Order: sequence, then C-alpha cells, then structure tokens
Amino acid sequence: MSEPWWISAIKGFVIINIVLLTFAYTTLLERKALARMQLRYGPNRAGPYGLLQPIADLVKLVRKESFFPTAAIDIPYILAPIVSAFTALAAFAVIPWGKGWEIWHYHVNGVVANVPISLILIFALGSIGIYGFIVGGWASESKFSLLGSMRTCAQLVSYEVSLALSVLGVVITAGSLSLVNIVDNQANSLWYVVPQAVGFLVFVISGVAETSRAPFDLPEAEQELVAGYHTEYSGMRWGLFQLAEYVNLITLSALAITLFLGGWHFPFAHGVDFLGPLWFFLKLLALLFVFIWLRATLPRLRYDQLMSFGWKILLPVATVNAFVTALVVVWVN
Amino acid sequence: MSPQPVDTLKGFGVTFKQIFKKPITMQYPEYKRPVYPRFRGRHRLWRHENGLEKCVGCSLCAAACPADCIRVVAAENTSDNRVSPGERYARIYEINLSRCIFCGYCELACPFDAITLGNDYELAEYDRDDQIYTKDMLLAEPIKQVPVADAELYDTPIPYYRAYS
Repeated sequence: MSEPWWISAIKGFVIINIVLLTFAYTTLLERKALARMQLRYGPNRAGPYGLLQPIADLVKLVRKESFFPTAAIDIPYILAPIVSAFTALAAFAVIPWGKGWEIWHYHVNGVVANVPISLILIFALGSIGIYGFIVGGWASESKFSLLGSMRTCAQLVSYEVSLALSVLGVVITAGSLSLVNIVDNQANSLWYVVPQAVGFLVFVISGVAETSRAPFDLPEAEQELVAGYHTEYSGMRWGLFQLAEYVNLITLSALAITLFLGGWHFPFAHGVDFLGPLWFFLKLLALLFVFIWLRATLPRLRYDQLMSFGWKILLPVATVNAFVTALVVVWVN
Repeated sequence: MSPQPVDTLKGFGVTFKQIFKKPITMQYPEYKRPVYPRFRGRHRLWRHENGLEKCVGCSLCAAACPADCIRVVAAENTSDNRVSPGERYARIYEINLSRCIFCGYCELACPFDAITLGNDYELAEYDRDDQIYTKDMLLAEPIKQVPVADAELYDTPIPYYRAYS
C-alpha cells in the first residue's frame, strides 16, 4: 500500500537512528559477552555495567586525529568508508519489521520501502559495499592495505555466491522476491528454517564469512596484516569502517530472521503480532549472540582453508539445496 | 585434519557454560591484592630514634644505581645545624622515579641502612616533573598505604645483627 512520502522519510530517519544505536550497543554486547565467555568482566567502568562505553568510544574516535597519508589518493580515500557505511545502512530500507498500522488516519507500513525485488536490492547493495573495502585499501597506497583489501575482497566475493544460492531455496518456496511477501508466507506455514534447514546453515556460514567475522576474520588478523584495508585509517574514518562491518552483521542477522525465522511474527500465537518490532528485535539479539558465541569458540581459518571451503564445499551444497527445493516444489504442485 | 563436528558442538557448550561462572578478574581499585613484605616499591629514607637522619651523604647509592637516577649533594654538619650523626649530611637528595628501575641496588649499597625500598607502588602523576621526589618527600611516610601481606607468613625473620645494630 502506498503512503505519503513524508511518512516514509520519518520512518527512514527513525530506523537509521535505531540501527546506529543498535550498532553502538552491539559493540558493547560483543565485548561483554566475549569477556564473560573468557571468564573476565567486559568494560564495566564507563557507566553502570559499562553502558556508557560506546559513548566514550564515540567521543574518543571523534576527537582523534584522522590523519591523512600524503601518499593516499584524495577522493577515493575519503569516499571509501562513506560508501561502505552508506550501503550497509541503506540495506535496512527494505527489511520488514512489523505489519502496517493505522495511526490517526494515515496508513503506516511495517517497512520503509516496499519494493517487489527487495532481496536482489540487498545483494546489490552488499556488492557495492565491497567496493568500499577494495578502494579503501587500494587508495591508501600502502602494501599492507593493498594485500589486506585484496584478501578481504576475494573472501567476500567468494562467499557472496554461496549466500545468494542459499537464499534461492527460500525464494522458490515462497514464490516471491519481496521480503514482505516472504515474511507473510511464513505466518501461515512453518518458518522456512524447518524445510530449508540446509539453506539456513549455508546462509549463516556464508554470512559469517561475508562480514569477516570469526572464524573467517583473516582480514582482521593483526598478526599477519597489521590491520588489512583499514591500516591507514584512523579516527572517525576508521569508525565508519567499523560501522560498516557491524551494520553489515546486523543487516545479515535481520535478513536471516526475515528469510528463515519468520520475521516479526511470534512463534505460535498470532494475536500478539502487533508487537512485531519487539519480536524482531528479540530475535535479532538472539542471532547476534550466536555470532558472538561463534567468535568466542572457534579458531581462525587459514586463508587457503577458507577459500577451499567456500568454493569446494559450500557452493555445491547450496546448489544442490536449490535444485532439490525446485524439484520438490514442482512435484508438490 | 578431518572435521570433528561433534567435538565442535561440545566446544560451543563449554563456552556457553563459562558465562555462568564467576569471572576471575580482581577489580583493582576496589580490591588491592596484598604485596609481599619485601616488595620493592617507592624508596624511603630513615631516621634514628633520636631524630637524626641516618643518611650521611656518601653517595654510594648514587654510584650503585644502574639507571643513574639519584642525585646527592653533601654538606658539612655544623654544631648548630646537626642533621645526621657524622661529619656530613645530604643537603640535596633527589630520586627521579621515572628513571628508577626499582632494582634495590641502592638499598644494598647503603652502609647505614638509610635508604630502603618500601611497599608503595601507586606513584602515578600527571606531570613528569612531579616524579622527582625530594628528600623530605622521601623521609615522610607514604600518603596512600597499600595492603601488605602478613609478615609472619610471608617473610623470613630479621637476623639478630640487623635487629640490634
């Protein structure tokens, strides 16, 4: 249903702010959860239980000198973190987080922009985000940055293929590319995690590799690459790269929830669906905790192990999953 | 290496269980771990019972210091200004604590037991110039006391010659 443009603008503004707040407190959640799994406290000095730590980090980054290497190429060096952060945030425009509401006499959708091909849009934005990493490392004119960014982008591009193929099973089952339709279909039948369990597993593993999280975080391995593509960045420019990384993680979790875990629906009862955003947020927190749990438990994969896993194991599994799903859907109908 | 999925899942269980155990961190300013009695902390200059300083300004400590951080300037003891037993006293005695390595050689070198290394380790300052401790600062008791472990349990008894010298 269409709605006045200014309602979409207000919703976009609110969603961006909520995502940024979630990003800030995801960094705190990660540090505290990782610490507790390692038998230590996380940050607990900045506020009660460390709750003001993200604000302290923000103030530190803003006040830090964003040095500009003389050898760096001006415009790409500045644009790279902006492009990464922008595409990471823009992907949230099409994720549904509630059903529509009637407020006064305006109809407010549960999604910022209801696009019929929203799934393809998200993958397109993700691919443009990779440009930010390539250009950032290359424009820094430093050997470590260049090598780091090449490794990062090779990894990201490889796992993007498996990511897209794992989603194909959901698309075939739902018969639509629109995220809103996929979520609505899951209200009536089982959540797609049950028939598409293999697809879910491939999606999560590719997603962990796609966002350079452990155990696929070789691009961030300080022992080997100093800091990879963000070596020559400091202050808020580096902060923007971190923002891009964590918001990519949040977007990926949101996408996993939307595609496989029923979006904003409550598991069994449907009467409480007006609280859609709350269930979405709780599922998001649970999935973020799973990613942090993965980081605390598994050691890092070596680069050749990573690439061979992506191409030789994950891609065939995703392809076979899509194939079998297509056969089953045709046979049932 | 063949993949071990069951063991990996058991690993996840291990990390999850650790969340519910109490962390083993000691939270520093609220809980300060007691130091051993012979811990080499900030220096202290001592006096005799009758109020005279033990230090006679011989500069053996300055000669022994590997980091060269002690400055001693001696002066004559006059009859109306008697600071130490003996002929000389240390008019200027300064230790630069930002250079000191807390090795204890000055304590070993001193023939009069005038300088020892006490237990104070909370020596942070905002300015580098505040790290140069003068004689009266070193003579005084430390302002902040740190917890010291029980001497009966953790120290050897002081030998006879030292207790009655």
